[in-house]
Amino acid sequence: MNLLYSDVEDQLRASVADLLADRAQPASILARCETDKPHDLDLWRTLTAELGAGSLHVPESLGGQGASAREVAVVLEELGRTVAPVPFLGSAVLATTALLGCEPADGELLGALGSGRTVGALAVSLATAPGSAFPSTVEYTDGVLRGRVRSVADAAAADVLVVPAVGVDGPTLHTVRVDQAQVTVTPAVSLDLTRPIADVTFDGAASTRLTGDPESALDGALWTAAALLASEQVGVADWCLTTTVAYLKDRHQFGRPVGSFQALKHRLADLFGELALARAAARNAADAVGGPEERVAALLANSLCSTVAVHAAEECVQLHGGIGMTWEHPAHLYLKRAKADQIALGTPGQHRRLLAPLVDLPAPR
Amino acid sequence: MNAETLRERTREFLDRNDPATTDRLEFLRARFDAGLAWVHFPEGLGGLGAERELQNVVDQELAAAGAPDNDPRRIGIGLGMAAPTILAFGTDEQKHRFLRPLWTGEEVWCQLFSEPGAGSDLAAVGTRAVRDGDDWLVTGQKVWTSSAHSARWAILLTRTDPDVPKHAGMSYFVLDMTAPGVEVRPLRQITGEAEFNEVFMTDTRIPDTDRLGEVGDGWRVAQTTLMNERVAIGGRPVPREGGMIGPVARAWRDRPEVRTPELHDRLVDLWVQSEALRLAGVRLRQQLAVGHPGPEGSAMKLAFARLNQELTGLELEMLGEDGLRYDDWTMRRPDLVDFLGREAGYRYLRAKGNSIEGGTSEVLRNIIAERVLGLPAEARVDTKVPWKDLPR
Repeated sequence: MNLLYSDVEDQLRASVADLLADRAQPASILARCETDKPHDLDLWRTLTAELGAGSLHVPESLGGQGASAREVAVVLEELGRTVAPVPFLGSAVLATTALLGCEPADGELLGALGSGRTVGALAVSLATAPGSAFPSTVEYTDGVLRGRVRSVADAAAADVLVVPAVGVDGPTLHTVRVDQAQVTVTPAVSLDLTRPIADVTFDGAASTRLTGDPESALDGALWTAAALLASEQVGVADWCLTTTVAYLKDRHQFGRPVGSFQALKHRLADLFGELALARAAARNAADAVGGPEERVAALLANSLCSTVAVHAAEECVQLHGGIGMTWEHPAHLYLKRAKADQIALGTPGQHRRLLAPLVDLPAPR
Repeated sequence: MNAETLRERTREFLDRNDPATTDRLEFLRARFDAGLAWVHFPEGLGGLGAERELQNVVDQELAAAGAPDNDPRRIGIGLGMAAPTILAFGTDEQKHRFLRPLWTGEEVWCQLFSEPGAGSDLAAVGTRAVRDGDDWLVTGQKVWTSSAHSARWAILLTRTDPDVPKHAGMSYFVLDMTAPGVEVRPLRQITGEAEFNEVFMTDTRIPDTDRLGEVGDGWRVAQTTLMNERVAIGGRPVPREGGMIGPVARAWRDRPEVRTPELHDRLVDLWVQSEALRLAGVRLRQQLAVGHPGPEGSAMKLAFARLNQELTGLELEMLGEDGLRYDDWTMRRPDLVDFLGREAGYRYLRAKGNSIEGGTSEVLRNIIAERVLGLPAEARVDTKVPWKDLPR
């Protein structure tokens, strides 16, 4: 178990951070989030085509970078730190991992997703916890899909959806092109402005049925995503702490920098401590993906890191005072991301209930 | 000195000093004289001037040979605080007099720093040391002194000049605990027992040759002691559920009748936090191993204290009616704190000390905020006036 960042991971982080510093400034993100193109697909194409960030954990034999979930986690940390509106979670994590779980994996589609030429999304509600029952709101009958899925992350940017559907012989998994009249993607007004969700309706949509075990492919994607989202939450919390520390050094009231007041600095010291625990848990979860401890590590990390990220974002707003309540200051983008991330892939309470039996802490009765 | 040479040297030492047939104390003295006590100390003082990390090589070889150790927990203050201070500030004579019996455990050490009027604000100490020819006469009261009743020596921080600002007027001594005028009284705690003592000194005579560092430089000497305390607290590897979560999780498993949904959610939440704290410790040691110590260590004690308190509180609630009972209020003087050898009520009460001892959680938050996060210091009114004029 290595809980540090390797040199290769640090280099990847530096490249991603450089690009985001240049192309994901708060002002431009704010300006974009109320347009009809909330995803920055130009930035996404640069991240994928130039940095390979779209196919990090895809094996080289399938055209990917042949790295591991640890590198995916590092990118998520940087994306959390900037709340860059790119479809990384939907396309490079959820859809890609579900496709990797199919047998055989669709190398052509994985290549297209990895290069950024095509954007994917996994057609399940973002609130779905790993281990949930296979979704049954979409039916697969007479060779077409009918039904509706609410709250799909990154669907508004997607060209292809990976869709779980129940057929006559049980669970099935499909890829569906969005550019057909039988598929309607309706953007929702999303709490998280930088990772918008959309509702998807299938009305006799044509699909390609994927082979392999659809239940394990879907559940595997949800477990991996839950493990890795913890790293995004660490990135969010880290930005909130760093930004608040800088502000409290600068902001003067009562003739002193407000950061000299113990009532405030103690809150930041506590956040620093929470972040130290969160980072260790998130690194552990990324390191454990695919191994025997994967589920314990994912539930531990996600339940903790999501809570820490929300706390950090709430403190960020509060300790900025009035400016933290404005639309102009980016703090609200992080609060919205943190709160949405707390619900995404299961709430902390759901994760604790899933964790308990795995560590022999049985529920009452 | 590399690991292989050191391993070879340790084996040669074991050939000459068979642990099975050598008296324990003789073995420890011989080990000190061979430079294998603490290899990072200088030659002639129990070390070889080697890297601190190489000590592991020696310890592994000696443990494999079944050699006795110097019972480091019993003499932790000597090893962790007095020794590095003596090494840094002692004269050659002092180093040669004190370090060997300190390390072998023949002479136990205690620390006389805190006072009733100088806790978090240690630089306010008021125990007076007044020059008297070649000696100093010391009068004052110290508190929270573990091992004082078994100690032969103490490291002592005193006020030698009340007319200058507080940080400038202190001097640091080695005190003979058997000297006339030294009185040790047990200090009973909320648990019923007395791990600590109060130490009273009345016109106690200390020869000037037992001073560590210059007159008036006591604060700088004390900083060295305290920095080494933090290193010593740094933490050892523990298995999952190795800390205070262990007895609580076991109680949950053993007693299905106490389980409620509300307790369950709190328990699993605390399990998560305990495991994350353990992982943060693993991560900290991994950082140290590659030569990049992180600043997270300072925050870990905060989390440790808070979790211990929440867990022990939860455990008592879980026990319901049995939580109304306590195992034993008898006044005792235990050598070591034994959290797991006592029952839940003791754990609950003793854990209250975790956020006070070794730096209160409030002071730790100041340290993190100012030294790690770089936030501005609190405005202070006590650093420029003579110590004697401070309100108290």
